[in-house]
Amino acid sequence: MSFPWAQQYEPKNGLTKFLDEKLPLPRLVYNAVGAGYPVPRNLSYFWNFGVLAGFCLVLQIVTGVVLAMHYAPNTLVAFDSTEHIMRNVNWGWLMRYAHANGASAFFVVVYIHIFRGLYYSSYKAPREMIWLLGVVIFLLMMATAFMGYVLPWGQMSYWGAKVITGLFGAIPLVGEGIQNWLLGGFAPDNAALNRFFSLHFLLPFVIAGVVILHIWALHIPGSSNPTGVEVKKESDTLPFHPYYTAKDGFGLGVFLIIYFAFVFFMPNALGHPDNYIPANPLSTPANIVPEWYFWPFYAILRAFTADFFFVPAKLMGVLAMFASILVWFFLPWLDKSPVRSGHYRPLFRKFFWFGLIPAIVVLGYCGGAHLSTTTILLSQIFTAYYFLHFLVILPIISLIERPEPMPYSITEAVLGHDPDSKLGPKPTTASPAKA
Amino acid sequence: MIRIFGILTGLLFTVAVLWSFIVDTGAAISEPAPETAEEKYHLYPKGPEGGFAHEGLFAKWDTAQLQRGYQVYKEVCSACHSLRLVAFRNLGEIGYDEGQVKAEAASWQVPGVDPNTGEATMVEGSPTDYFPKPYANDIAARAANNNAIPPDLSLITKARHDGTNYVYDLLTGYREQPAELVEEFPEAKTAEGQYYNPFFHSLNISMAPPLTGTGQVTYGEGNPEPTIEQMAEDVTAFLAWTAEPTLVKRRQTGWAFLLFLVFATVLAYFSKKQVWARAKGGDVGEASVKED
Ligand code: HEC
Ligand code: HEM
Repeated sequence: MSFPWAQQYEPKNGLTKFLDEKLPLPRLVYNAVGAGYPVPRNLSYFWNFGVLAGFCLVLQIVTGVVLAMHYAPNTLVAFDSTEHIMRNVNWGWLMRYAHANGASAFFVVVYIHIFRGLYYSSYKAPREMIWLLGVVIFLLMMATAFMGYVLPWGQMSYWGAKVITGLFGAIPLVGEGIQNWLLGGFAPDNAALNRFFSLHFLLPFVIAGVVILHIWALHIPGSSNPTGVEVKKESDTLPFHPYYTAKDGFGLGVFLIIYFAFVFFMPNALGHPDNYIPANPLSTPANIVPEWYFWPFYAILRAFTADFFFVPAKLMGVLAMFASILVWFFLPWLDKSPVRSGHYRPLFRKFFWFGLIPAIVVLGYCGGAHLSTTTILLSQIFTAYYFLHFLVILPIISLIERPEPMPYSITEAVLGHDPDSKLGPKPTTASPAKA
Repeated sequence: MIRIFGILTGLLFTVAVLWSFIVDTGAAISEPAPETAEEKYHLYPKGPEGGFAHEGLFAKWDTAQLQRGYQVYKEVCSACHSLRLVAFRNLGEIGYDEGQVKAEAASWQVPGVDPNTGEATMVEGSPTDYFPKPYANDIAARAANNNAIPPDLSLITKARHDGTNYVYDLLTGYREQPAELVEEFPEAKTAEGQYYNPFFHSLNISMAPPLTGTGQVTYGEGNPEPTIEQMAEDVTAFLAWTAEPTLVKRRQTGWAFLLFLVFATVLAYFSKKQVWARAKGGDVGEASVKED
């Protein structure tokens, strides 16, 4: 792990010497996020989002633990207990808004983190394991957020739980059994609310565990970078501390400003007004929609409206929705281009910016909108594109594309020349996003 | 192998979803969805002219207005609508002093227990009590209201899209149903016991216009004239407060947070710049030269 030129930890005083012998925790930190961890010197601000995601996780755990001290997971009082938090608990409104908007912020950050990985093909060897663990984290986050949204027991909580658990009912033969087993009944009720609370409390800590594995796996090859050219020597890197601690500190400040602008000035902008109506099993909302971060997947689910041979439309939709995330697991083996960075991949870049990104945006819009012929037809076209992009287009362009010339090393990309380069200075490539 | 399997799976989903696309396009062409009365006549809320006093990044509650709104709620809306998340003691937050809160609480009858017989009865409210419900249960509420339940109003401005403007426009938006609407959509004709209101999602609401004319509520000295618009604006502001009593405190705290964060972020920016100045240029490049 790490590069041979990494700075070595030296305990300076009695206490750190003692610790280093008995439990070398300071050494671990030094090597993980301190001066002992050499990092490519050309990382752009897109590399800030991993640290930001970690911050969001801590934020959710801290605010969540405080909320759990006042929240009551019982269908009779759950709604009122969240309103009690809002009205009577000191700073309760801040905790609740920070937690609800924290979930949104977490997803914004993680989506940027994921799409950074897609554009720079960070999933390619030797970083497959980091990527796979990341997809696991994302699945766990989705489960956590879904169950959290059920807890306030508003109209969208109830009907969202009903629709999503109902998806399992689409599985032939065993589906209904699974659905009832998940809910502990035939419809969402006290049993479901209680277990959702229990799991919603547990899963963030499971996420924290997988995050540790994710970072461990990262420290074996080290970070990739905007050129996708691997680190060759010391001049390609800088120690994490103080360079990237300083940069992450600034990034965190910008993030917090935007995040708190939402928390304090538009805390309900991302939520649905129906969730301020207590759950009512007898009154179905006009448009049942999940939180915004699920909209693209929800659009894929709703795009399948016609039975396909012997497969019912609903089952096809459920399979497609799960498949739309599961394909990410296979990316390292679907995209075989030896070049990582989208900067040097002209075809890939076009499909990324003019195919994938618009497809996700339109799907997101359709997933949140009222169902209409237009939104359904749009979802269908872009669902088709989504699957084609990952499963057909990516494998094919990796075979036919001619990459653009790349810098010899990170040093060359940053400084414009590298004494080690056999080809001499190459003025052609503009150096991508400097730090 | 993985790629062949992947391409096949991708094509399977693509063909299946395009099949849905063909079926739906066919249906949309052969029998396009007819326009509905709601789509054509529903109006989106705009709110009162000039907006509400408490709106804006630095605005505060207008407590005189909230007190007038409370009066409208008490004298008009409370006949049908509960306010179950608000306690009388909360009235202290809109400018009533301790004595006034006690007096207000005592002017309401709330469910209690007869101290002599132990039987359930109605008693005078005290500051710790919550606003009482006008109906014993949902069945009674429906029976008295053309089979519709008047919703609790504590959170109403947060429970509707653009809720504050919506409540104002709903209260002031009653009108004659347009004749051409009935002509085009005979089934959307306002039924017996309902009232036409283009702001309501189904255009016909089971709440009779609650605000009927100037002077329905008598405001004290020094207050504006109680026109329908004025009463609607006041009671809506009051309901915005019941939905979010912490609104003003939230914004004030927000400014403190943001000021501090902007300051800290500017510092962080300059320290980042300073740290990175050391890395720019050739000095780090030398390390590799030294190595060979
Ligand atoms: C005579 C009884 C009655 C009075 C008085 C009354 N309402 Fe209503 N209100 C109703 C009923 C019944 C409904 C439900 C209508 C429906 O669902 O069709 C309702 C619904 C509402 C709604 C919800 C509309 C929606 O979007 O679902 C609001 C807001 C409202 N009333 C506000 C008020 C205010 C403010 C007052 C006092 C100025 C008031 N009401 C006075 C009976 C009343
Ligand atoms: C991965 C991290 C987490 C995510 C993405 C997440 C997401 C959510 C969401 C979307 C809600 C609904 C918000 C609302 O409508 O108010 C919620 C509520 C809640 N969460 Fe979390 N959460 C996370 C971690 C935690 C943790 C660690 C705890 C406790 C240990 C916790 C406790 C609660 C409680 C008690 C509620 C209900 C109270 C309320 O509705 O405000 N959460 N969460």
